[in-house]
Amino acid sequence: MLEIEVNGKLLEVPDGATIMDATNQAGVYVPHFCYHKKLSIAANCRMCLVQVEKAPKPLPACATPVTNGMKVFTHSEQAVDAQKGVMEFLLINHPLDCPICDQGGECQLQDLAVGYGASGSRYEEPKRVVTDKNLGPLISTDMTRCIHCTRCVRFGQEIAGIMELGMIGRGEHAEIITFVGKTVDSELSGNVIDLCPVGALTSKPFRYTARTWELTRKASVSPHCGLGSNLTVQVKQNRVMRVLPRENEAINECWLSDKDRFSYEGLNSEQRLARPMLKRGGAWQEVEWQVALEHVANELKRIRDQHGGQAIGGLATPHQTLEELHLLQKFIRGLGSGNVDFRLRQSDFSTDGKLKGAPWLGMKIAEVGKLDRVLVVGSTLRKDHPLLAHRLRQATKRGTQLSVINPFDDDLLMRVAHKAIVAPAAMPDMLAQVLNAAARIKNAPLPEAVRSALERVTVSESAQRIAASLASGQNAAVFLGNLAQHHPHAGELHALAQELAAVTGARFGFLGEASNSVGGYIAGAVPFAGVPAGMNASLMLAQPRKAYLLLGVEAELDTHDPQQAVAALKSAELVVAMSPYQHRALEYAHVLLPVAPFTETAGTFINAEGTAQSFSGVVAPLGETRPAWKVLRVLGNLLGLAGFDHDSAEEVRREVLGAGADASGKLENRLSAIRLDALAPAQASGLQRIAEVPIYSTDAIVRRSRSLQQTRDAAPPVAWMNRALHERLGLREGDHVRVRQEGGEAVVPAAIDDRLPADCIRLAAARPETAALGAMFGTVGAERVAAQRRVAG
Amino acid sequence: MGLPVPPFATDLFGPEAIIMKGLNGLNWRISDYEARGGYQALRKILAEKIPPEQIVNEVKKSALRGRGGAGFPTGLKWSFMPRQFPGRKYLVCNSDEGEPGTFKDRDLLRYNPHIVIEGMIIAGYAMGTPVGYNYIHGEIWDIYERFEEALEEARAAGYLGKNILGSDFGFELYAHHGYGAYICGEETALLESLEGKKGLPRFKPPFPASYGLYGKPTTINNTETFAAVPWIILNGGEEFLNLGRPNNGGTKIFSVSGDVARPGNYEVRLGTPFEKLLEMAGGMKDGRKLKACIPGGSSMPVLPAHIMMETDMDYDSIAKAGSMLGSGAVIIMDETRCMVRCLLRLSYFYFEESCGQCTPCREGTGWLYRMVDRIERGRGKPEDFDVLNSVSDNIAGRTICALGDAAALPVKSFIKHFRGEFEYHMEHKNCLVPDYV
Repeated sequence: MLEIEVNGKLLEVPDGATIMDATNQAGVYVPHFCYHKKLSIAANCRMCLVQVEKAPKPLPACATPVTNGMKVFTHSEQAVDAQKGVMEFLLINHPLDCPICDQGGECQLQDLAVGYGASGSRYEEPKRVVTDKNLGPLISTDMTRCIHCTRCVRFGQEIAGIMELGMIGRGEHAEIITFVGKTVDSELSGNVIDLCPVGALTSKPFRYTARTWELTRKASVSPHCGLGSNLTVQVKQNRVMRVLPRENEAINECWLSDKDRFSYEGLNSEQRLARPMLKRGGAWQEVEWQVALEHVANELKRIRDQHGGQAIGGLATPHQTLEELHLLQKFIRGLGSGNVDFRLRQSDFSTDGKLKGAPWLGMKIAEVGKLDRVLVVGSTLRKDHPLLAHRLRQATKRGTQLSVINPFDDDLLMRVAHKAIVAPAAMPDMLAQVLNAAARIKNAPLPEAVRSALERVTVSESAQRIAASLASGQNAAVFLGNLAQHHPHAGELHALAQELAAVTGARFGFLGEASNSVGGYIAGAVPFAGVPAGMNASLMLAQPRKAYLLLGVEAELDTHDPQQAVAALKSAELVVAMSPYQHRALEYAHVLLPVAPFTETAGTFINAEGTAQSFSGVVAPLGETRPAWKVLRVLGNLLGLAGFDHDSAEEVRREVLGAGADASGKLENRLSAIRLDALAPAQASGLQRIAEVPIYSTDAIVRRSRSLQQTRDAAPPVAWMNRALHERLGLREGDHVRVRQEGGEAVVPAAIDDRLPADCIRLAAARPETAALGAMFGTVGAERVAAQRRVAG
Repeated sequence: MGLPVPPFATDLFGPEAIIMKGLNGLNWRISDYEARGGYQALRKILAEKIPPEQIVNEVKKSALRGRGGAGFPTGLKWSFMPRQFPGRKYLVCNSDEGEPGTFKDRDLLRYNPHIVIEGMIIAGYAMGTPVGYNYIHGEIWDIYERFEEALEEARAAGYLGKNILGSDFGFELYAHHGYGAYICGEETALLESLEGKKGLPRFKPPFPASYGLYGKPTTINNTETFAAVPWIILNGGEEFLNLGRPNNGGTKIFSVSGDVARPGNYEVRLGTPFEKLLEMAGGMKDGRKLKACIPGGSSMPVLPAHIMMETDMDYDSIAKAGSMLGSGAVIIMDETRCMVRCLLRLSYFYFEESCGQCTPCREGTGWLYRMVDRIERGRGKPEDFDVLNSVSDNIAGRTICALGDAAALPVKSFIKHFRGEFEYHMEHKNCLVPDYV
């Protein structure tokens, strides 16, 4: 510990602390622009110059290490003189355009100019003008306002892992640019808007739509990935205008992924459904809630009476709130059916019934950054979990060894120690190899069921390396990503990962796919969680039901096998689509009920680490929209079901979680029993599809965010394959490929990615272009569609 | 009269030269250097197994001060190197000679490259750094090539590489051609540039001795500093100190330029009167009168003739006179020079060469340049003096590196000593001095 005196106040700071750390600790504000607690120290703005006893000149507080007995004066004449001098320099070339600047009212330069700037300028020379840059659809630039603090540059290098912005030129000609002709495409890019202390980088979707002082700020929780990032939703006249991060060191720190930040545009989409709709005589008409709900109730009663409760199925997305999922399963079970599920993209349900609790991350989110050995199986890590990837990136910088088993080799923008890139069908075998090797290294016995299944597995060199890495850790973890959960042998992967973790002393967890992937289990929205038991999501669609209740589901985009899902729905007598949007359900539904998105209802998400985060609605429901929990409650009443008398979402939550709202006791990754079939290297049969869910296609809201849909990550799907397959199919540059799967087809551009395994076609799911195809990891056929010849003239 | 063409008289650099002694412009090769007694210091060290500490002590005794501009005691700098540091350590030679008026390192590397190589090997031995780099200014290609050639000779002769001269001491030395930015002469910007990054100065602390090239302990010295080391080893630090004055040991190469009859490099003992140096350079050109002199490179304050003529050329005397010895670039201005235009040229230089990293320098150098430009064009007003002075004050001492000071000091000194000329520009909208042809 070091002793330091800040403005006469004595305090102790840890060794290595800077003056800025000390002043922060003392609660003394030192003006600054380039300093940011999460970024490296640049000391370039010079705004934080302070007086230090015995130093001949003022020193920057952000970069000067504290020495024992140091005396610092932050508001002395020398300090203030230096700060004012810097402020004058910052302002001479800064345009005086605050009235038309989007940053006005939330601008660090503007705020500090009040304290340290003069009322007039001594600068009479011409001012500098800098041309604006095109950073893509999310970030707007006014580069003349830039004060060269390089926060945005450092963010790219240090947090996002990719230097998409840099400073070129010297002196006054220095300016921030993107790499020649490129845009800023990082999935974390929007954070530079928050970081920019002036109006140089502002939000493009928000631009010129409101002033900061017109907005009310409301706390909320992101409905997208499993992190449950904390949001500040800003509202003007009952409309969500902007979303900013709400700092929570345990979850999202001070960051937001672009998905969390910009998806709000989808809330104001013109596709929003404002009134209930009913299909009568083949035609859709808007009806009163009363009419719609009575119709639904009557039809459900009729179908239950005619075909029994098991003819009814309920499907929800994992982006629905805990309360909605709970009431949905309660409603379905009340009708005498056990057919309820939210795991729409899962295809292997062999672990159902062996799970003792909700599968979860296996640790707190903040602990991810402290791991020293990590194995991630089946994940487009950066795109599925941008901020978890960031935590792992920071960990790898400190020496954490990250290994991956994946069917593709995307750049994770961090150091990957070992990787095994194998076809989806070979993933269980690869994981088994790692398990085998790890058991040998650790000299640990495997359970009989596992050992016999592993008999025919030969350990490859990459598996050996991954096992050695994992085994050498003090604080290791094995994670199953989204792809591993969607995998046709997800159960095997689960069992193998569990054993691998046990053998290596690692922890084991699931990178939660969606905001309520854990909450869905806890709400009991799974077929094995209550009485009666029923069919899982896959079975319900494979063996069509007579009636379906869809909660937030867009069947062609949200399911593992959209072909099968749409066919099943089309054959049903009743499909009730509860959604904020009017979507393709018009083709297969009979009733559309407008239910509230997360901003228009109270609710709870339980994130990947098992933390239940409740939130209130931030705006009133649009038009006739109603919160889904209320809709389900009324339906329960109309059908005379017991236990549908909640008066608030909170009451529903209490019913699920009890008074403490603590879900930690309900989390469990271990399977009670393991049964593995003999594993052997996969036999190639035809072409295998690798289908990931693109980052901006995951759920209904983000799919309707106009700006996000203009990003490179939202580009139309392409069939990626390695060169050998490309040649075998006779493809040439510019060709399309017709991908066929069980009678459906998609014609998409073909492209080469030589890092893909043999005989695989990587083609995204959850996209309209590929919605006619079947299972995400099924066998596909492919043939060349020649590039259209250009017609002369 | 044109530049001297080799072979030239061997006392071209002055009769007191020890570094540039015996050079005729052609005898730069290793055989010539050895014939002049070159590499004897290194041989002595290795043969007698002189302990590294003793070498550092000898350099301390010599009162050798950094020849690049800051004048920091070399022996002290060498003693900062953490001897026990387990990882790699580096030695760097700063030959990025960019200070306007300075052209000594260029001649040194052109005419006597082996003395720098030998000096670096000895420094590597003294500080336990197995690898060295010579960062050569980006705008002088031929000298970079010559240095590479000299390195080849030294390697072939066994002075570089493993087991030098059969000892267990090894040292590798590489030449690195810079990129031509003035700022890369700032030692930490040089390190960044050497690492392949943009040449932006680093904030100090940490200093290079603890966090230098690639984050490893590094010592950086100027070319001329290294070149002085072999002589010190052979003749003793005491002897070197006696060449100059207390605290100002040895000789110094001065680059004399401007309105003198024979501009060029002159190596003289520190403490030599300015008058004598001027005489060596052939006196004032065309018999004109001395008006002003910048004694240490463009970053240092200008001094008027009457002060300069009474000053001796060593660190302490020039400091006492109100300027600094700096890199030893002596810029001579005669009575025909317009001081406003001279300052304009300097201000433009710093405006152009500011790296743009930190605010006072990025914004302030442009402000200064534009104001001086306005005054030069006859659009100045008396209030401008206050603004110029206060802007200079707001830059100096508040930047990451010394470029800010370098931009501010000339402005303040030109106004201090030649205020009348500026006022003349303001009042008469033209120059006090008739156009110089």
